[in-house]
Amino acid sequence: MSNKMTMPTRRSVLSGMAAGGALLATGLTPRFVQAQSSAPIKLGFQLHRTGIGAAYGRWYERTATAALKVLNDQGGIGGRPVEIVFEDDGTDPARGAEVFGKLATQANCDLVYGALFSHVVVGTAPRAAELKVPYLVCSEGHHVASGMLNRWTLQPGITDVKSQVQSMAPWVTQNLGKKVTMVFPDYAFGHDHRDFFTAAVQAQGGEVIRQIAIPPTETSFTRYFPQIPADTEVLYHVMVGPAVLTFVKELGEFYGTGDRPQIFGFIDSLEAVNIASPGLEFLEGTHFWEGHNRNKQADASEAETFYRTAVGVDDTGASVSDANEVSTYAHMFSAWETLFTIKDAMEAAGYQGPADRQKFVEALEAMTSFAEGNDHPQGDLSFNGKTHQAFGHQNISKVEGGKLIRVHRTSLEDGYYPDEVDYTTQSF
Amino acid sequence: MRDMKAFFLHLAVLAALLAALPLLSAYHVTNVAKIMVLAVYAMGYNIAFGYTGLLSLGHALFFAAGLYAAGMGISQFGLGSAGALVAGPVAGGLIAAAVGLLALRTAGVAFMIVTLMFAQAGYLTVLYFVRYTRGDEGIVLDRAARMLGGVDLSGDTPRYLLAFALFAVALLVNLALVRSPFGRVMIAMRENEARSRMLGYNPYTVKLTALVVSGVYAGAAGAAYAVLFGYVGASLASVQYSILPLLYVLLGGAGTVLGPLLGALLMFYLIDYASSATSAYQFIVGAVLVVLVLFAPKGILGTLRERGLRWLP
Amino acid sequence: MSLGSIFLLALLEGLVSASVLALTASGLSLVFGIMRVVNVAHGEFFMLGAVIAWFVSHWVGGPPAVAFVLALGVAPLVVGGIAALADTLVLKRLNYEPEATIVATIGLLYILQQGALSLFGPNALPVPAPFDLRLQLIGFGYSGYKLAVIAAAVVILLSLWLILTHTRIGLVMRATQIDRNTARAFGINVDRVYAMVFAMGAGLAAIAAVLIVPIQQAHYLMGADPLLLSFSVVIIGGLGSLRGTVVAALLIGMVDQVIPIFLPVVLPDYGAYFTPTLAKILATLVVALVLVFRPQGLFGKRHA
Repeated sequence: MSNKMTMPTRRSVLSGMAAGGALLATGLTPRFVQAQSSAPIKLGFQLHRTGIGAAYGRWYERTATAALKVLNDQGGIGGRPVEIVFEDDGTDPARGAEVFGKLATQANCDLVYGALFSHVVVGTAPRAAELKVPYLVCSEGHHVASGMLNRWTLQPGITDVKSQVQSMAPWVTQNLGKKVTMVFPDYAFGHDHRDFFTAAVQAQGGEVIRQIAIPPTETSFTRYFPQIPADTEVLYHVMVGPAVLTFVKELGEFYGTGDRPQIFGFIDSLEAVNIASPGLEFLEGTHFWEGHNRNKQADASEAETFYRTAVGVDDTGASVSDANEVSTYAHMFSAWETLFTIKDAMEAAGYQGPADRQKFVEALEAMTSFAEGNDHPQGDLSFNGKTHQAFGHQNISKVEGGKLIRVHRTSLEDGYYPDEVDYTTQSF
Repeated sequence: MRDMKAFFLHLAVLAALLAALPLLSAYHVTNVAKIMVLAVYAMGYNIAFGYTGLLSLGHALFFAAGLYAAGMGISQFGLGSAGALVAGPVAGGLIAAAVGLLALRTAGVAFMIVTLMFAQAGYLTVLYFVRYTRGDEGIVLDRAARMLGGVDLSGDTPRYLLAFALFAVALLVNLALVRSPFGRVMIAMRENEARSRMLGYNPYTVKLTALVVSGVYAGAAGAAYAVLFGYVGASLASVQYSILPLLYVLLGGAGTVLGPLLGALLMFYLIDYASSATSAYQFIVGAVLVVLVLFAPKGILGTLRERGLRWLP
Repeated sequence: MSLGSIFLLALLEGLVSASVLALTASGLSLVFGIMRVVNVAHGEFFMLGAVIAWFVSHWVGGPPAVAFVLALGVAPLVVGGIAALADTLVLKRLNYEPEATIVATIGLLYILQQGALSLFGPNALPVPAPFDLRLQLIGFGYSGYKLAVIAAAVVILLSLWLILTHTRIGLVMRATQIDRNTARAFGINVDRVYAMVFAMGAGLAAIAAVLIVPIQQAHYLMGADPLLLSFSVVIIGGLGSLRGTVVAALLIGMVDQVIPIFLPVVLPDYGAYFTPTLAKILATLVVALVLVFRPQGLFGKRHA
């Protein structure tokens, strides 16, 4: 569905006719610049509506829609109303590239954003460069900062996995234990966790004593648990996809009420899952990484409350209309924040239309930080224009009484690592 | 006379594809380029399945062989585009030969399952060598490496033209193949293996040859996919990519030369249209498939051939 | 954990997955064996069973056991009904042409998958087990429910075998399998037999799914794995042989479960290379080679 989410302001209604004409005329003649500047800005959203990313997709759509309403209520971008065109990519890289082309060349979107799953991002990025259309991803993959993508692909709304993992290691080794066993899916995302966390733990004087890679086609996990060495102090887990709940439940069954190591997981293993589900009681007292705290914390900012209300999420991270429908809270803020970053960069670039796409990328590259506030409820971020990657604060939460309570928040510096690429030296 | 009619029909289709280039918008140029590449893959599948009767569920392995031969060749071994486009079909043919040597001991549904399992092993192998392939995430081919004779293949027009050239060669070879004596033996093998054996043909050799040709097609399509679209990832080696050519061929008409193109075109735009028109696009795709097969159980061209167009190759 | 405990655990896990696989595959085996239909939507019937189990447990209050037993009855009935409908409306009109039925069942797969997504959403849907019993075995804890799944599968498969061999319905089905024209000549309503077989096949998949769903949540994409595994099991067991299907399910279930866990433990020094993924590759190739050197399957007759 090309779900055109327009929130008409008075101004856009008045200028409707002119806008229609301007769209047809875009790029034809400079005389239309005046009219064009009141036409809506169109943003494409590459949405995981179906396929394995669908649980995330529906929340990314809600978050982006809520952010759009706020943005348009504030007067849009540079005084122009904004539209988002959602298009399903089936969480598939080949379809992702096609959808990108459709949004950019058929729907005439000024830019495209929103993809989460790494393989979709990697599969789509070449198309972005071919069409010279900015592609802003919300993926947390290390693909952008590693240098494998291109000048047109940026990740300004969420920290990448290398930074996340590295900033976790000091707290884990100091508070939970130094002998770590890792359980992760046997594909690129899992390997990023394995490699970066293993290195970071070593740097802290700890040791990863066993790495258990689980084949991605797996739907049951119990039989892998015996490989966890008995002298493990910390069990580090990260899983994604529909089988995550099975994984966590089976882990609970395996350990039962007996002795178990400290457990530290990435909330990816529990995104969109109610932590009060039957069989998850054993998670009490374990720790999680959270990009954004699912349970509203005692010291929550006003912006946090504003964001929850706008998206329609209650204090436990579930939908206000259905308490069983748990959000993908730790990740979906990026669909919100990226939209406001687009606004800032477009306004900084004096963005008028598709001809200014390059100026937009350059303006974004020149940015260095985003301040906490309604636009960035997760907290302040720094942005590295050379690597196209944002760096934010990470949270470690402990499950207490069925709630995820934050026990540690990393500094931005905890997540820095040497640049692996300088995209600004590459041609457009 | 029949032959000329068929020959001109195929020339007309090629001419139409070429003439469409300046008329299509950028979006559709890229789509049709991709459809032509996928149609080459499906044509290869059709040679094994439609003409020789080999129901394989493992062709993703041959497609992936071409895809990764080209992709890894470029990214790991510094191969150029031309080299990659040669490496693809060679790899596809070799892997098809290796699989065929074993799998052709079986027939029918057993063949289907054996090829499925070999392809599954291949898919897992891509994941296993994640260090080089980046597994499911895949790799992006450097734009600088996607040049052929000084032309940038990532541009819309050159990409279309190369896809067209590949498609045209594949189509004409396919046409010549099915009209050759060997083509008739292939069909005989599908219709009545025991009888062709009595006529002195060795079913094993005939089927193996057909499967290798099929693998060369699939490998060529895989390599073209890598070079033209710049992405190489494990999802392109998954079982879904074994089912796709089967679906294209069955929709268009098994054992027809133009069926694979028609099926690929139809499926692509069906999904493209339905996913824009509704949030429940799979309903539409599913319903259209069911209705289509009710009205044209032998595929579109297969049914047309039964109902009068007997000359259709 | 001692090597013995690890082996015991792998064995139990293998048995659980083999039992569920045997049930799912026996449904496919009926359809495949009697109707010669390659039903690509079989995995979706499995998925529907699981989703219906969630629906029942979600909307029926009371103790989980009540909802579970209810689901065990409702799921196969509903799924069987959908299958019978699909058979009458579509497959019968295609005269069960192999190629056309592949396309039709792929269409059905799309429709059912979208139905589950649109109605029940993309999340994994948990279903509570009918009872909560954790057994402490040597060195590890194990779910008592999983043992019950094995027992239930044995009972259902035995009943199925009795139905096929000792009842009139079974006789009619076997007669249709051997020669549908002769069966028709003897006054058997072949259309009705086919619709019933298709419904029974789907119902078996649904029962298997209800059994597994307290262990592995319902999800709209869960049908793909059981489909591929069931096909392999049916062919390796030998077409039309229920005994073969069960043996092949045990073989595949065990190979698939035991090799990936056991070898890395036995060969820890090669851990970096001998990952479960490599083990899975080897297990897949082993099964493929069984078929290469015994194309008729374990219990199939040559030229059947």
